[in-house]
Amino acid sequence: MNRFAALLDRLAYEPGRTAKLRQMTDYFRTTPDPERGFALAALTGALSFQHAKPGLIRTLIAERTDPVLFEMSYDYVGDLSETVALMWPAPPSPPDPPPPGKGGEEAAAPPSIGHDSAHLTPSLADVITTLQTLGKTELPRTLARWLDGLDETGRWALLKLVTGSLRIGVSARLAKTAVAALGDKEPDEIEILWPGLAPPYEDLFAWIEGRADKPAAEDPASFRPPMLSHAIGADDFKILDPADFVAEWKWDGIRVQAAAGVCPDGRRVARLYSRTGEDISASFPDLIEVLSFDGAIDGELLVVRDGRVQSFNVLQQRLNRKAVTAKLIAAFPAHLRAYDLLVEGDEDLREKPLAARRARLAALVEKLSEPRIDLSAEIPFADWDALAHARANPTTIGAGPDAEAIEGVMLKRRDAPYLPGRPKGLWWKWKRDPFIVDAVLMYAQRGHGKRSSYYSDYTFGLWRTGEDGEELVPVGKAYFGFTDEELLKIDRFVRQNTVNRFGPVREVTHDAETGLVFEVAFEGLQRSTRHRSGVAMRFPRISRLRFDKPPGEADRLDTLTTMLDAAEQTPSSGGRVLDPGLARTGKRKGG
Amino acid sequence: MVPSSSRIVRRNAYLANMRPENLLVPTPAGLCCPEGAFHIDPVRPVKRALITHAHSDHARAGHGAVLATAETLDLMRLRYGEGFAGTTQAVAYGERLTIDGTTVSFHPAGHVLGSAQIRVERNGLVIVASGDYKDVPDPTCAPFELVPCDVFISEATFGLPVFRHGDIATEIGKLMRSLALFPDRAHLVGAYSLGKAQRLIALLRAAGYDRPIFLHGAMEAITGYYAVRMDLGDLRAVRDGQKAEFAGAVVLCPPSALGDRWTRRFPDPIACFASGWMRIRARARQRGVELPLVVSDHCDWDGLTRVIPATGAREIWLTHGAEEALVHWCATRGLRAKPLHLVGYGDEEEVEVLEAATASSDQDASATDESAAGEPA
Repeated sequence: MNRFAALLDRLAYEPGRTAKLRQMTDYFRTTPDPERGFALAALTGALSFQHAKPGLIRTLIAERTDPVLFEMSYDYVGDLSETVALMWPAPPSPPDPPPPGKGGEEAAAPPSIGHDSAHLTPSLADVITTLQTLGKTELPRTLARWLDGLDETGRWALLKLVTGSLRIGVSARLAKTAVAALGDKEPDEIEILWPGLAPPYEDLFAWIEGRADKPAAEDPASFRPPMLSHAIGADDFKILDPADFVAEWKWDGIRVQAAAGVCPDGRRVARLYSRTGEDISASFPDLIEVLSFDGAIDGELLVVRDGRVQSFNVLQQRLNRKAVTAKLIAAFPAHLRAYDLLVEGDEDLREKPLAARRARLAALVEKLSEPRIDLSAEIPFADWDALAHARANPTTIGAGPDAEAIEGVMLKRRDAPYLPGRPKGLWWKWKRDPFIVDAVLMYAQRGHGKRSSYYSDYTFGLWRTGEDGEELVPVGKAYFGFTDEELLKIDRFVRQNTVNRFGPVREVTHDAETGLVFEVAFEGLQRSTRHRSGVAMRFPRISRLRFDKPPGEADRLDTLTTMLDAAEQTPSSGGRVLDPGLARTGKRKGG
Repeated sequence: MVPSSSRIVRRNAYLANMRPENLLVPTPAGLCCPEGAFHIDPVRPVKRALITHAHSDHARAGHGAVLATAETLDLMRLRYGEGFAGTTQAVAYGERLTIDGTTVSFHPAGHVLGSAQIRVERNGLVIVASGDYKDVPDPTCAPFELVPCDVFISEATFGLPVFRHGDIATEIGKLMRSLALFPDRAHLVGAYSLGKAQRLIALLRAAGYDRPIFLHGAMEAITGYYAVRMDLGDLRAVRDGQKAEFAGAVVLCPPSALGDRWTRRFPDPIACFASGWMRIRARARQRGVELPLVVSDHCDWDGLTRVIPATGAREIWLTHGAEEALVHWCATRGLRAKPLHLVGYGDEEEVEVLEAATASSDQDASATDESAAGEPA
């Protein structure tokens, strides 16, 4: 358990993906079965047991420490598990060390706090297998015994684990990728097997390490690695023939795979996977119950109310909720917009051309006749100009009021098979142009990890007329969109033009004559009471540095509020600006 | 416990002749002994100063006469130059001196090289001003000596029960493991340049690490002083190294350099920070630390609560840190305790960061950063 805790501890501080992978792969390589398998289960969220309540933890520490000291400590640390892990008193020492002498001697030989007596330290496997069967009344005593046997980090990890609050910035996908790296396998291979596997995954590790055959994937609703697209560039159009492609709207929802089938024992299973193969079924029971087909559909998860697709803002209300209530489901009904069929019954369709798969999909959707599942419409177009017109005007080219949930168009070769990964030249995405404004840099903050010596997080503002005349009001933050060379230039500007420091944040010169203007690109706008400006941008990033432009000529906040006002007069938009008709009010880059 | 005869005598003196509040008095300049006309660790220039150790919040330049251990005087000279005080006098550990009827002596505090607790005695009343101290082994300085006293003045830097520094071998092991796992990345270890840095070097050497250790410019002189007294292995200056040499190397620097442009000369650096504060996750994250190492030259909670009752003092005065929790703890043990409100002391790491930030209007113009100019990013 201490070894697993040390891994969690390192992962929690490590900002880089590659370094996280290396930490995990190293752990899996050097830790024996079944310990590493339970660690994999913990990292992928594959464990289920009754979580301990914070009240129990509080009771345990209250029995062992002074309440005043506990409150002072909790107040200082701010996290219950961490406070308890640090304050937990060392258990009565085993009889081995000699009794402490007097005076200096005693001072020179402190009792060892982090000792790891093998017979007391629980393994992760012990902890998990015990938790899965332990009665509620036995939990406090068992937990206390484990805490006695662990060091500070071990206690922290144990408390995070038993309270179900293990958040260490590692996705299930990343953990599986780390396992795949043990044996030069592709993480997708593990995804396919995953639904048929169970902790501690000894068969999986045996196969990865070349000691056994691949475990059989018997799951009738397993995940298939999805096919991904490339962003299309201006030059690509010159060599592509419009006749080879079909176009569909690119929906601003969540890419999902809906898989369903019948187990050998006759039981029906249905699952919803994210693009990376994470099983997200538990969040969408309303959709799961209508997956009455046998096969695997590739599509977009959307929220559809009264027949209309809602914006991503609305969809977000359904994500990351702890409990999926009936109220939530009624308010945000989930919908599957199908665009591909990978498997139907026993037949794998992935080798067939898109046109053939599409025909099978259309027939299946019609047969299902399920209001929550529909077919992604094709956009008719004769040449690239016509498609460009459709991309700029989805409302009038068939999408109607759903246009607000469209973020561009997809191009797919008619003859393309369904290939996992991102094959070149078969699927293209052509996103809508972002909105742009010219804003003024106001504050800069140091970045993290590789960027810790750079001022790389920027707060920018637009002009408005305040009580004392013209003033800049912050409208957003961005920390990407620039090249490494541009970052160096901005960093230099920040250091040479600092007027104030607030910890890691610097305020830079920003008046009408001197300052730095950013061209900021963004995808949409919303009213916000949390921001002083009253607006919040979606997905803002720095698209260009305008060292040539005096800050006084940057845009005004009115530019954004006018866009919002206009959007609110269009009832379908829900206040979110994405309608291209409004883009004329603001500015669409290149549009 | 049956009191010894000497304790009876001392208690009588304590009751009859001298109130501790009169022997040592907190003043804006620091702790003052009016009878002996001296200050202990004064934060403003005074006529006579007794200095516990050379950290800059305790040892300042500009006093008339300074009494301290030879090492503390040497380290002050390195920091402030030859003329840092009017006159200086070196005192050996345990040597008794009398200043206007008040007896003073210096005893090892185990904090850094040369660090001392100062014992002050008059008319049988004994007060120990411990300065900063720790009671755990440190290969770079004399071990802490327990000095029996009537009043013990203790720091409270880590005066909360959550501060438990744990096993130092585990922390060194964390660094060694990271070095093995990331042999291509420079490990920049932020550490206070007096004491902490040299202790880390000694601990790494004891753990078998024999590769060159690189030093930030601000660490060279003090580490050189230590290296004459103990074997610290192969030490090199960062400014003499090439980028490729730093791959997988340990580089020691002041904490304030960790987020500095100075770090851009290193291959894919990992920000490590050796400090007792690293025990608290939020604090480590706040500073952008990727590998926190819980290594402190101060007592942790267990150390404070071990030492305080062991001194036999019936009254405890607490300075700089979380006094409140220790005052409460002392009360539960039947010990009289009070916070002593002295200004100007803090954890030396915080002080160092503050100093770096205020040394000039823009820290980027400071010497450490200037040396980075013209380097490839």
